[in-house]
Amino acid sequence: MSANQEVRVLSGTGVCGSGFKESSLEEGLARRPHFIGCDAGSTDPGPFSLGTGGTAFPVRAIKRDLRLMLRAARKARIPLLIGSAGTAGGAPHVALFKRIVEDIAREDKLAFPMALIHAEQDKAYLKRRLREGRIKPLSPAPEFDEGTIERAVRVVGMMGDAPWLRALEQGAEVIIAGRSSDCAIFAGIPISWGIDAGIAWHAAKILECGAAATVARPSPDCMFATLRADHFDLEPLDPALRCSPLSVAAHSLYENGDPFRLVESSGVLDLTHATYEPLDERRVRVRGSRFEPAARYTVKLEGAELAGYQSIVLGSVRDPYIIRQIDSWVERLTERVHGRVADVFGGDPAAANYVFNVRIYGKNGTMGPLEPVTEIRSHELCLVMETTAATQEIATTIASMARHQALHLPIPEWRGFITGVACPYSPAYLERGPVYRFCVNHVVEPDDPYEMFPIEHVKVG
Amino acid sequence: MARLGELARLIRSKNAGPFELTFDVMFDDPAAFERVRASGVLTRELIASIYRLPAEQVKFFVVPDALAFKASIPRPRFQSDVLDSDNHGGQQYAPLIDIEIP
Repeated sequence: MSANQEVRVLSGTGVCGSGFKESSLEEGLARRPHFIGCDAGSTDPGPFSLGTGGTAFPVRAIKRDLRLMLRAARKARIPLLIGSAGTAGGAPHVALFKRIVEDIAREDKLAFPMALIHAEQDKAYLKRRLREGRIKPLSPAPEFDEGTIERAVRVVGMMGDAPWLRALEQGAEVIIAGRSSDCAIFAGIPISWGIDAGIAWHAAKILECGAAATVARPSPDCMFATLRADHFDLEPLDPALRCSPLSVAAHSLYENGDPFRLVESSGVLDLTHATYEPLDERRVRVRGSRFEPAARYTVKLEGAELAGYQSIVLGSVRDPYIIRQIDSWVERLTERVHGRVADVFGGDPAAANYVFNVRIYGKNGTMGPLEPVTEIRSHELCLVMETTAATQEIATTIASMARHQALHLPIPEWRGFITGVACPYSPAYLERGPVYRFCVNHVVEPDDPYEMFPIEHVKVG
Repeated sequence: MARLGELARLIRSKNAGPFELTFDVMFDDPAAFERVRASGVLTRELIASIYRLPAEQVKFFVVPDALAFKASIPRPRFQSDVLDSDNHGGQQYAPLIDIEIP
């Protein structure tokens, strides 16, 4: 392939498992793509995926999307690239996707060489890089030391485009990768075929979100891009969808801190001089995007640690006397809960670090201390009384005591024994199990783009 | 006077990764975008005061090609940490709706 030829790319959808129209995928195949790519991960669903090894989208939905993309890729004899398998892209997530692909291959009688690119990081490796001063914080970043690495349930690295290209060179036709830069799934092949890096990374930034850069997107769908030496053209594949210069330009804002500079492992995509021109009612041509190679190659880390075990009690308040004093009511409740914990647990150090928190929906449940509205007129409030503790048993014990204290907490307006909270469920508490927090916002400076991402070749079928 | 919510086609907030929160104020109509820009009301300092941060912690961008303004702030609580109330960061924009634009 030389630089004056074009590279045609089909993106399955924004997240594998979120769905797309089969007819759109067929439209895409008819345009003879050179490969199909699809992102399958994100931190957006929260740290649970890293923590538990689970996925944000249901396995059945993932399998449906994978089956259609796999059949299309095998029919057209083109590579299929799936990145950030299973939401978090750790070892259990890659293993799950491998199993799903093998099941599909068996059911549909498909055979192909597959590569798994692993992204879960070895703790000894991270400690070594930390000691060498080659793990650097981004901003803002939590504290990160050897203790953090030790406590983390799982840390993944976000691969760039290099491991993808190596897996292809080594003969893979289907790639299931762990955590990857969303854009790296789509940028590597065009760059290796001579497309300008600015054009390739910008097209990749649009493609990784499927049809999100269209004017209105009623449901997730495919996207098609044609990349040439100094521009790319975008075309949504559902005839009901269209791209406009505004919709494509506006997409650079989505989920990015900076709309002009997007940081990748190997450099920065600079959109300051990008231009957007309509080709017709549905297609847009983009030019002028630039890529500045980084002086130092970096790999972003994502990790989660256990925050504790949680139990919550849901309740509502309808009494206007309680509503008008809800803040002091919550303060008194909290005090009583702390008192009961002291009574029941004594000095047990296991119970020392629990957090009891009451969310007041109808007042400031959504924005908390940043809520600018201080006067409320709600005729009822929803309370989420939440306990996070070192064990599930401790959390549930405290939640149960909180229920009872809340139920009968006196207010000055009433004389006698009151029941001040309506609980919809019996038992009133819900055990939420282990809960996690993100514990890393750092980059590693590896020796090369490959050392953190071992490639494993598998013969499927 | 008009409220920002009446002039914009979309005001939204979202995580930009687990540690940052980002706000987009987007327009359909170039005249409405220009009106807001020319008013000088929507600034880094205003965002800082609404979200109670020092101005230097607010990133603020004008994006003419997208007819948009964008601001990013450190998350008040890291995504999904124990006291966080908005895992996706999707409902933190409401105070922007009422900004008065001359």
